[in-house]
Amino acid sequence: MKYVHEFRDPQRAQGILRQIEAIAAQFPPGSPGSSASDRPLRIMEICGGHTHAIFKYGLADLLPDTVELIHGPGCPVCIMPKGRLDDAITLAQNPQVILTTFGDVLRVPGSSQSLLQAKAQGADIRVVYSPLDALQIAIAHPDREVVFFAIGFETTAPSTALTVLQAAAQGVSNFSLFCNHVLVVPALEALLNQPDLQLDGFIGPGHVSMVIGARPYRVIAERYGKPVVVSGFEPVDILQSLWMVLDQLVTGRCTVENQYSRLVAEDGNAVALGAIAQVFTVREQFEWRGLGEIPASGLRIHPDYAQFDAEVKFSLPHPHVDDHRACACGDILRGVKKPWECKVFGTACTPDSPLGACMVSSEGACAAYYNYGQLDRRRPATSSASLAPSHSSRVRR
Amino acid sequence: MPSVTRDTFQRSHPRRPRLESTVTLAHGSGGRAMHDLIDSIFVARFQQAPAPLEDQARIPLGALNTLGDRLAFTTDSYVVDPLFFPGSNIGELAVNGTVNDLCVSGAIPLYLTCSVILEEGLSTDLLAQIVDHMAIAAVQARVQIVTGDTKVVPRGSVDKIFINTAGVGVMRTGINPCATALQPGDRILINGAIGNHGAAILVARGELALDTDIQSDCQPLNSLVDAIVSVCPDVRAMRDATRGGLATVLNEFATASQVSIQLQEEAIPVDEPVAGLCELLGLDPLYLANEGKIVVVVPAHRADETLATMRSHPAGQESCCIGQVGDRFPGLVSLQTAFGTERVVDVLVGDQLPRIC
Repeated sequence: MKYVHEFRDPQRAQGILRQIEAIAAQFPPGSPGSSASDRPLRIMEICGGHTHAIFKYGLADLLPDTVELIHGPGCPVCIMPKGRLDDAITLAQNPQVILTTFGDVLRVPGSSQSLLQAKAQGADIRVVYSPLDALQIAIAHPDREVVFFAIGFETTAPSTALTVLQAAAQGVSNFSLFCNHVLVVPALEALLNQPDLQLDGFIGPGHVSMVIGARPYRVIAERYGKPVVVSGFEPVDILQSLWMVLDQLVTGRCTVENQYSRLVAEDGNAVALGAIAQVFTVREQFEWRGLGEIPASGLRIHPDYAQFDAEVKFSLPHPHVDDHRACACGDILRGVKKPWECKVFGTACTPDSPLGACMVSSEGACAAYYNYGQLDRRRPATSSASLAPSHSSRVRR
Repeated sequence: MPSVTRDTFQRSHPRRPRLESTVTLAHGSGGRAMHDLIDSIFVARFQQAPAPLEDQARIPLGALNTLGDRLAFTTDSYVVDPLFFPGSNIGELAVNGTVNDLCVSGAIPLYLTCSVILEEGLSTDLLAQIVDHMAIAAVQARVQIVTGDTKVVPRGSVDKIFINTAGVGVMRTGINPCATALQPGDRILINGAIGNHGAAILVARGELALDTDIQSDCQPLNSLVDAIVSVCPDVRAMRDATRGGLATVLNEFATASQVSIQLQEEAIPVDEPVAGLCELLGLDPLYLANEGKIVVVVPAHRADETLATMRSHPAGQESCCIGQVGDRFPGLVSLQTAFGTERVVDVLVGDQLPRIC
């Protein structure tokens, strides 16, 4: 595949790795990332797509010991709080409603069940590949209310916005959105405001940046003093971006750079941003699984389009459901803990019965460790908080 | 006018089976409509010589005894949507799937059953087409469909047609591949590119608005198995990689034998259009279904000869060695990437679901 194979070339990757090793060796003694320090350099990849690729290609295993990747909160499926899921299930249980959503939302646990379980009990829940498909279902079923359960960062918000605009233009009155779109920069700021944060730089999300551009991350570099490099998703992209972050750190620079310039413009995509601005407004705050309430971090439907807002159209209970007490997702997202240091990792919390956000989708840090886990962690556990369970002891359904 | 009695009544000509254009509940009632449907659609296509219909097939044991020393017996149900998809259809699948489940045991598949559950309102033309494909597939796989059953259920109770085929075959004396027999050092072979069937079905469902030329790989594997066991009678294990794909079969092997399996990512054949579709949807071809792919585990010293034999067979021209058995992590399948790293290839929790972004 053109523009894919080139970015998966092991030779190129090896070349970049040698440069990463060379840079890592230059950190002043005693500073994070230096061989004498007790703490490696910690670079967070924000996006779940990056997390997935890092595990799929085993990139973390290639890095020197002095450089560590921390897996961030950029998986929209993982960060969906249980209460919002419960609301979606409430909607789906209304016999008048056809609830439509993306495939990987189905398994996300609410407080008592997932959409997949609600579907099995008779709720009319349908998987779509685009919100426009949901609009088509509404046109085909004028006697039903079709709700699109919209999730995702700024990546998926434009297509949702354009669907609302199209519904308005066509006068489709039986279509509405349950809007759960979230914003990446406020979430990063919330992380950066944590007192015990141990992060040195960021690999920025490529697909989100395709929409919002590279400019919005300047606050991260300017106010919080952390370098950001917007990255593509292939192994060579990620390694090159990591090298760019390290280069900034070692040369004492702190700015936003764009490794993914083949797709990402400095100011993003004006048409997409226009659609978002027209259809949505920013919520005062939005709850994130694992991180709690974050101000100005979510989108709601603009009052001009209230007739397409499922939260206006249907009365929803909006329950607040606490994260599981034993779950260390918040610490893992801040880079304070590793997935296998969580007491319930691989025991009470597994991909088939996730307790915490990071175990929900294959892009979550814990699920990625569990599914693709580094082989050296696959010895039988010596204590409950140390290692993944041995493979053969899993309960399989 | 003389009264008609049993003695004097004779039909002026034998009654021909009547076939309506759609299946109705009457076709499942046990009466004349059902017999007409069975005669004109199933018997006409499956029966090799006219014979009275009984409620069971009667199979002489003498001939079976000359082929081997055990029976292999399996059953599978087919509920695919859509019924016809690029490269194959539910009828062909219902024969080849069961033939393959038999032959991967090293057995010679011989006889199949054909039970259908039909939805009221199904077109009898469509049914006839499906049964045609079953009959042709049976001839190609050298098996006979010898008994069956028809049920009709109200509209909405099933989706158009569900087919169950059970099959029996004879296991060759001395050949006993099984999932528990893998040993460190063994080689893992496969007869060609993975994921085509699963990808073809995904595209055929029409939800993606994609146009590809991906075809299902549906084919019978018994002739290829004949060739494999002739050069490698001590084949350790064979399995067709259907639901759950290659990754699932290898995990079953690794768990059953308590060995580790290490795959070489670059050696695993994936056709470009399938790889492209997987990239687009965030799916992994390792978990996509196949309907004509067999995973074969052989002792290392047999690998080259077995591979050469597989490649010289029409169903195995693209066969290759994709990995080997080890003992480092019992029960674990791992993948060596092109970057020299290694990652676990686990069993899926449920279906693969497309990622959203």
